[in-house]
Amino acid sequence: MRSLAPVFTVVTAIFVLWYLAAVALNSTWAYDKAKRADVTLTFSQMVADTLAQDKPLLPAPHQVAKEIWKTTVLKKVTSKRSLIWHGWITLSATLLGFAMGTGLGTLLAVGIVHSRAMDMSVMPWVITSQTIPILAVAPMIIVVLNAVGISGLLPKAVISMYLSFFPVVVGMVKGLRSPDMMQMDQMRTWNTSPATVFWKLRLPSSMPFLFTSLKIAVAASLVGAIVGEMPTGAVAGLGARLLAGSYYGQTIQIWSALICAAALAASLVAIVGVVQKVTLKRMGMAA
Amino acid sequence: MSDQTIISAKNLSLTFETNDGPVHALQDINLDIHKGEFVSFIGPSGCGKTTFLRVMADLEKPTGGNITVNGVSPEEARKSRAYGYVFQAAGLYPWRTIGGNIKLPLEIMGYSKADQAERVERVLKLVELDGFAKKFPWQLSGGMQQRASIARALAFDADILLMDEPFGALDEIVRDHLNEQLLELWAKTHKTIGFVTHSIPEAVYLSTRIVVMSPRPGRIADVIESTLPSERPLSIRDSAEFIEIANRVRDGLREGHNA
Repeated sequence: MRSLAPVFTVVTAIFVLWYLAAVALNSTWAYDKAKRADVTLTFSQMVADTLAQDKPLLPAPHQVAKEIWKTTVLKKVTSKRSLIWHGWITLSATLLGFAMGTGLGTLLAVGIVHSRAMDMSVMPWVITSQTIPILAVAPMIIVVLNAVGISGLLPKAVISMYLSFFPVVVGMVKGLRSPDMMQMDQMRTWNTSPATVFWKLRLPSSMPFLFTSLKIAVAASLVGAIVGEMPTGAVAGLGARLLAGSYYGQTIQIWSALICAAALAASLVAIVGVVQKVTLKRMGMAA
Repeated sequence: MSDQTIISAKNLSLTFETNDGPVHALQDINLDIHKGEFVSFIGPSGCGKTTFLRVMADLEKPTGGNITVNGVSPEEARKSRAYGYVFQAAGLYPWRTIGGNIKLPLEIMGYSKADQAERVERVLKLVELDGFAKKFPWQLSGGMQQRASIARALAFDADILLMDEPFGALDEIVRDHLNEQLLELWAKTHKTIGFVTHSIPEAVYLSTRIVVMSPRPGRIADVIESTLPSERPLSIRDSAEFIEIANRVRDGLREGHNA
């Protein structure tokens, strides 16, 4: 409860700043319209106009809220105008990509920890992969996969995977190496095979590291899926809504898709957080 | 106590190559440990006592000389799971219960489920932790955790118990109690024990033989046969005999230090 007041303060401040910015940014258009209609605006008329434009430079929060309400609650989820429908398209690619990224990241980490050759050869490439802007890579992945007959969910998931495997590799390499010398020596005194050491010691020890990585990975996955939706011609998904919105200057639509994406990311991170808390508590490793 | 030699070191040396030149952790170590003995290794840090124990356990490879454990090389002995090793920290897995922790080596060694359960019960009784099988490590005090780790080392059929300062991190009172328990346990199980410590009273109280070591190069300065009876209440530490042995150990340590 103690954390409620500061959170509330910050949220209020954001809304205040948002409204002030909306008035300031949209006033030019309001004055332009008035000039053409040959009327002079009072200050309150100007403010009222800036907060109710069709295509404002910066939509006011209540306009975005209304748009979100309209496109979620008031629309059937099967409608192409429903944000829930678009959200689900993006979410499915996000989850598939997240699963693939976690799998790939874990496999690479296992290899890196167990093989010196892989440690030396793979890690630099893993890091290099993340220095290439995803916006440059995404269209190529889409085009190449499309050329071999793969389209739809999978190309987007691949882009999600591309972004999400990285934190998992880095976290899991650290996690799988977290057992100390004494624990490794102890396993040696029992003449334990590397596979058994992995299952009984390394993997359980890596759990706190894994979950920290998963939180970053799931958010990165969502970004990947949204980026993946942009070069496909903006058919479906939150990325498509963003792109369509910018084509037609529908700023309210852009902002509502943006807010939904942010809410989705926050929920995904929160879900991973809950699973982390429960798991680590049961494993006696709660921080 | 029989005369069967369990551990035999001949001219054993171990030199670590470091950036500052070679470090002679062990030099010309000659020692036989017989079945059922309780041998303590005592000396200042850097004297090689832990290194010697680790060589016995095949956790370090000697660079010279010879050592056999149960008549074979330390590596073969380790692979046949000839010894249990107790480290300074209990090293229990927080995600396993006490029972689960003791089962760990048994699972690795492929004991049957029924056998595992029976052994956990038996060794927990041995270290006076019966009823704690379902507790998690964090629910136990440091001393109890270390007892659980000793139980874990006793759970499989190893005749040798190697202990590296197992009570070093515990306070005096707990330590006294665990020393008493360890002697009882030794009497019951007839294990051969190698015990590293830097506490003179602990070494004298527990051992049938005390190996005093000195540093740079790590070597044996003196080997003292204890004349104390096998029945040892804590109060024996006030007896003249005890104090005499302790003084001999102290002299050995001092000579080694000045050399």
